[in-house]
Amino acid sequence: MKTEILSQKKFKSAIKRISHEITENIDLEFPLAIVGVRTRGIFLAQRIASNIKHICDIDLLVGELDVTFYRDDLSSEIKRSKLVTKTSIPFSCKGKQLILVDDVLQTGRTIRAALSSLVNFGRPKFLRLAVMVDRGKREFPIKADFVGKNLSLDNKQSIKVLLKEIDGVDGVFSVC
Amino acid sequence: MITKNFAKKDLLSISDLSSEEIIFLLNQTDSFREVNERDIKKVPTLRGKTVVNLFFEASTRTRASFEIAGKRLSADVINLSSTSSSSRKGETLRDTARNIEAMATDVLVVRHPSSGAPEYLGRELSCAVINAGDGCHEHPTQALLDLYTIREHKKEFKDLNVSIVGDIAHSRVARSDIAGLLKLGANVTVCGPSTMIPAKAECLGARVTTNLDDAIRDADVLITLRIQLERGGGLAFPSAREYANTFGINEDRLANANSDLLIMHPGPINRGIEMSPNVADGPFSVILEQVEYGVACRMSILYLLSG
Amino acid sequence: MSLLIKNGRIVDPIKGTDEILDLLVEYGKITEISKNIRKKSNSEILDASNLVVCPGFIDMHVHFREPGQEYKEDIQSGTSSAVAGGFTAVACMANTEPVNDSSSITEKILNKTREVGSCKVYPIGAVSVGLKGEKISELSDQHFAGAIAFSDDGYPIKDSFLMRSALEYSKMLGVTILDHAEDVSLSEGKVMHEGTVSTTLGLSANPDASEDICVYRDLRLAELTGGKLHILHVSSKGAVDLIRNAKKKDVKVTCEVTPHHFSLTDEKIRGFNSSFKMAPPLRDEKHRIALIEGLKDGTIDVIASDHAPHDQADLEVEFDRVPFGVVGLETAVSLALDRLVHEGVLTLSEMVSKFTLGPSNAIGIPCHGIEEGSVADLTILDLEKKYTVIPDNFKSRAKNTPFEGWELKGCPVATIVDGKIEMQNIK
Repeated sequence: MKTEILSQKKFKSAIKRISHEITENIDLEFPLAIVGVRTRGIFLAQRIASNIKHICDIDLLVGELDVTFYRDDLSSEIKRSKLVTKTSIPFSCKGKQLILVDDVLQTGRTIRAALSSLVNFGRPKFLRLAVMVDRGKREFPIKADFVGKNLSLDNKQSIKVLLKEIDGVDGVFSVC
Repeated sequence: MITKNFAKKDLLSISDLSSEEIIFLLNQTDSFREVNERDIKKVPTLRGKTVVNLFFEASTRTRASFEIAGKRLSADVINLSSTSSSSRKGETLRDTARNIEAMATDVLVVRHPSSGAPEYLGRELSCAVINAGDGCHEHPTQALLDLYTIREHKKEFKDLNVSIVGDIAHSRVARSDIAGLLKLGANVTVCGPSTMIPAKAECLGARVTTNLDDAIRDADVLITLRIQLERGGGLAFPSAREYANTFGINEDRLANANSDLLIMHPGPINRGIEMSPNVADGPFSVILEQVEYGVACRMSILYLLSG
Repeated sequence: MSLLIKNGRIVDPIKGTDEILDLLVEYGKITEISKNIRKKSNSEILDASNLVVCPGFIDMHVHFREPGQEYKEDIQSGTSSAVAGGFTAVACMANTEPVNDSSSITEKILNKTREVGSCKVYPIGAVSVGLKGEKISELSDQHFAGAIAFSDDGYPIKDSFLMRSALEYSKMLGVTILDHAEDVSLSEGKVMHEGTVSTTLGLSANPDASEDICVYRDLRLAELTGGKLHILHVSSKGAVDLIRNAKKKDVKVTCEVTPHHFSLTDEKIRGFNSSFKMAPPLRDEKHRIALIEGLKDGTIDVIASDHAPHDQADLEVEFDRVPFGVVGLETAVSLALDRLVHEGVLTLSEMVSKFTLGPSNAIGIPCHGIEEGSVADLTILDLEKKYTVIPDNFKSRAKNTPFEGWELKGCPVATIVDGKIEMQNIK
């Protein structure tokens, strides 16, 4: 059973709001970079980058991160069934104000893996986390700095973040 | 994006793999190539895993390639070499293997002068076994990196013309390459002197010719094999000079070749025998890329088989 | 001590008998053959109803590893294996350690057999000293000590002059020279038959031509000298054809085939299973069919197992290093029944002949058939009984068989040597 949480219109304005919040929290003198996690985080990152360009005319470097190698639950089954996609971070993170973007933040394990991965790409000035949905239920002490929507759902419900680039439409749904 | 399962415990031969499994491995290799391009060439996926390179036959480059691959995945890599002469009595293959397993090895990479030895070990051991070359039978990781190299340049295998030149009868690289290329839809021609073409060669699935010009004409890829004249008691071919004159790849022989011909060699090259130095270093050659991709391919395989 | 074998179907190709009759055995000899023999007071009765009683089967090609490698097999375990397989007599090859190229080793073997053997053993002496193929050994001396024939088996007789000399010399003694026919320059170091399978597996291989070349040479020399030749373990179509033609020309030649050669092909080697490495190698189907044809038309006179025991540890190696040969004493007769008689390739009498008259003619092992006064060496078969090949149950010390798990129809159920029941499995 699907329930709409954010409509396409609200989705778009959430991204806009996050983009503005980011620009208010950075020092425009220093380089800025944005890295999206796995598939959906990458598209979100690209949109945020494009919004930021629009807002304050900064060209943002966008990186793509596959965290599979750093997962703490990497089993033989996962290795053999899930194709690891290519990580592409065509810049050094050294000295950069780095924004990490993902679609849903729940346990925090994915972000923990992303952090372990990113340390190999240079020491950033700082790293902030932007997510479309924060649904609580942390298992690791991770906090999002920029959030599209805070949700409190029980375990039976799952979140679906839809993106035009993949699903043809934008939106956030809960499914049980 | 193909995400079929890779179901096998061991990697013993290309003949055992389905075309989907081969493509999965090739796709996976892209990610590891990226790791090799980073400043810090390390990912933690095989941390705490033990990879043993057990080489019964001398080899610097394949072993080094596996060692680098394992270390970049954060594995503990041990190199063991062992002589295996047919007259030597002593520890049986099974005993050697059992000892290694007792040390809680996760992956065993084996190169052996006898066809079938890695398959035997795969049956006996519960850890994963990777065939790094067995006798004249197969060299699956070489074939995978050859296929990856070809794909980088040619994109598609369907109807691609690939010629393999050299001592086909004694070549494990040839057998693995032929199997992989045929599975992916390429047309394969093998070429060499009659004394180096195996009995019933048609059963391998490739077109057979003893005429080098015939093999080069229309070829999109040319894989040259290393000639070891000491094999077959030296009777397979009268001399290195005669081989170079009839089957050596040089600029003259390539005069009518396709302008985008790829030239490959599993290495090490006998410069001046199977290939002239100009060709080895020339514009068609992708031999150094093969070595580069070899590490990424082997990382891909270690990653998948390490449990 | 008397033994009364009742109601058995006597199948004896030597005397031409195929009839249900009783047999009375006393003091190691057959004393009466007729219907309904009356039981004597101290007679043991063996009920052979629905069973076939034949002259004692002979396996004329076995390797007992005594002296020298008793850990693989010795005369005691070897003869136990033989009687378990239905054999009352075997001929054992000379490739022991030391080689049996002198009368003293032959005597040793015969003495040991008298002590602990369950069946009769006829030693085959070496043609050349040390099996080196250089110098002829003392054939006459060995013959008088009890060597029944001569062979360098394990190895072919490479040198044609030596082979010629052996045939000439043996003519004088009235004995047979048995050759393991292969051209060493083509076959040395090769581990299987040259064909599609060897090319796919990348294993070194020898062509059937290697066997054919040597068989032709042997046949020409037999023709030249008038000596008596026996070709061991024929495996190629070419060899069968050559022998067939030579027999037409009255060359004194006989030959044998092993059960593994008429039952298996080189396809079994896919997977590098060490149970399928033999010399000569398993060949492809074309050759296997030629062997069946050869058995059918009588070109092949003998079925012999080439029983070659090996220790388990020696087999736990890569295929290239696996020693050649498999055991066969305990599976030969069942395979012959299942694959030849039940498949209609041979009649029962023809099959019995391959294990009795055939070896007797080939190398002179005594086999007089079932008649009053003859020695009571008998093999009793159950044509319908199922036999499952379980190596752990073998009486042989060695378990290296390619037939593990096979279910065969027909097997030997009793073996009687000199009137004594050495094996009995009648239920």
